[in-house]
Amino acid sequence: MKRILDLKINGAACEDAVADNMLLIDYLRDQKGLTGTKQGCDGGECGACTVLVDGKPRLACVTLAHDCAGAEIETIEGQSRNGRLSALQRAFHENLGAQCGFCTPGMIMAAEALLRRNPDPDDDAIKRALGGNLCRCTGYIKIIRSVRAAAAMLARDAA
Amino acid sequence: MTEAMPAFSLLHPETLDDALLALSTTPESRALAGGTDLIVNMRRGLVEAPKLVSLARVPELKRFETTENGLVLGAGVMLADIADSTLVREYYPALAEAAETVAGHTHRQVATLGGNLCQDTRCLYYNQSHWWRKSNDFCLKYRGEICHVAPRGKRCRAAYCGDLAPALMVHDAELTLAGPEGTRQLKLAEFFNEDGAQANRLKPQEIIVSVLLRAPRGKSAYGKIRQRGAIDFPLAGVAVLADCRKQQTTFTIALTGTNSCPILLNDLPPLGGPAEADGYFDALSKTVQKSVSPQRTTTIAAHYRRLSVAALAARLARQLWEEGQP
Ligand SMILES: Cc1cc2nc3c(=O)[nH]c(=O)nc-3n(C[C@H](O)[C@H](O)[C@H](O)COP(=O)(O)OP(=O)(O)OC[C@H]3O[C@@H](n4cnc5c(N)ncnc54)[C@H](O)[C@@H]3O)c2cc1C
Ligand code: SF4
Ligand code: FES
Ligand code: FES
Repeated sequence: MKRILDLKINGAACEDAVADNMLLIDYLRDQKGLTGTKQGCDGGECGACTVLVDGKPRLACVTLAHDCAGAEIETIEGQSRNGRLSALQRAFHENLGAQCGFCTPGMIMAAEALLRRNPDPDDDAIKRALGGNLCRCTGYIKIIRSVRAAAAMLARDAA
Repeated sequence: MTEAMPAFSLLHPETLDDALLALSTTPESRALAGGTDLIVNMRRGLVEAPKLVSLARVPELKRFETTENGLVLGAGVMLADIADSTLVREYYPALAEAAETVAGHTHRQVATLGGNLCQDTRCLYYNQSHWWRKSNDFCLKYRGEICHVAPRGKRCRAAYCGDLAPALMVHDAELTLAGPEGTRQLKLAEFFNEDGAQANRLKPQEIIVSVLLRAPRGKSAYGKIRQRGAIDFPLAGVAVLADCRKQQTTFTIALTGTNSCPILLNDLPPLGGPAEADGYFDALSKTVQKSVSPQRTTTIAAHYRRLSVAALAARLARQLWEEGQP
């Protein structure tokens, strides 16, 4: 059965007819065309599908779309503003935090949630926050470095 | 689009009564909390339900308060909030430590206490995609004829892998359950069954409302063995409570990951003085070894899990005892 789902995605209000059993990841990718959010496993194991729901990181592949009624969803597509990359996007680019790039949207969204909570995280805090995000390419060192670089950029911008 | 998501209707009741009513009107309906266990299993075709009743908006399940009887934790409390609570860290450290080790940081923002206690048991031959299980003729637990772990056995031996249950059991937690027949109280130690296909004693359409923790009887700790440090189910998990009084220390131990239900050891002989300690902890390790029966349900050998759970129990018990010495 389909019902009307009201929510916000990257600041824009959306109203769509959505089936009760539709997962958030399928709603974002197939119904909204927001294919930046990736599916890397068959459920809950890799973090590639991480988006923010009301500011908190959430796995879109184990979340029902209707569970997000009234919520603010943020995806990787909401990171850049007017063609300008976000600090995290720039940092991942400049520090080779992305190789094949498949895990990157999930990594950046999980890191975004972390930096909002803790603008100056140490390596342990970064490892904890990104512990559920798997990367098959980078070996993680450059991802951790990228998050630190983004934190430094944001601190500079704020100063 | 994701394959294999079965059709169902989804309800979001906003009171406990409405949630119970929604569950009772459809016998095969299921409660949905954070979904980090249930939705994964539904995607893999392991669970079918015509109706899911989300508990996410039921305020009665979010209680987190100290009462005259002790600390009440609603079934809908998030694991992240349990792990971060200064109260839990101070008085029930095993529980905070167990919550902190469940899955990854992102899971813990939605995963709940009730969902953790009621999570399905796990097995190498079961937690797989539909096509994987089909090509292996399914198994006794669901759709198949035989158990691939114990082919001559008559019951499923999948392992119960919840981290919170043992930590709550050593603190003698008591559940409040509600269902079509009303409300009842049950000790958590009596909540589980040694059966991988039906690991708990919830009646049909019954749910956990809250967990009560009375004043702690001693210091506790939780430890867990897993393959990946950052995010993994326990190959074995151990909670220990040490009640140190004058010359005697009494230990209560609970184990997870080794059997189809958590195991409570609450009649262990007490440890007298330091002179007895070495022998005592050796004997304790042997007792734990004999109390568990890990099966070939993971890629890690059962024998290794038996030895390591015993070593971990003895190590944690010793640590708590040493901390309690003058
Ligand atoms: C990658 C990964 C790693 C994981 N690692 C761990 C781990 O290390 N340790 C661990 O313990 N778990 C682990 N889990 C399992 C799961 O995340 C946790 O058990 C979690 O606490 C489940 O809670 P939930 O709210 O998401 O439950 P749900 O998935 O919503 O529900 C689980 C089950 O409980 C039932 N249920 C929910 N609430 C109630 C209630 N109030 N009363 C009665 N029944 C109820 C549901 O009907 C369902 O059968 C992991 C999961 C994943 C995907
Ligand atoms: S223990 Fe046997 S019956 Fe149970 S899930 Fe594993 S293979 Fe299936
Ligand atoms: S696709 Fe969601 S965790 Fe892997
Ligand atoms: S960059 Fe390829 S998986 Fe992370």
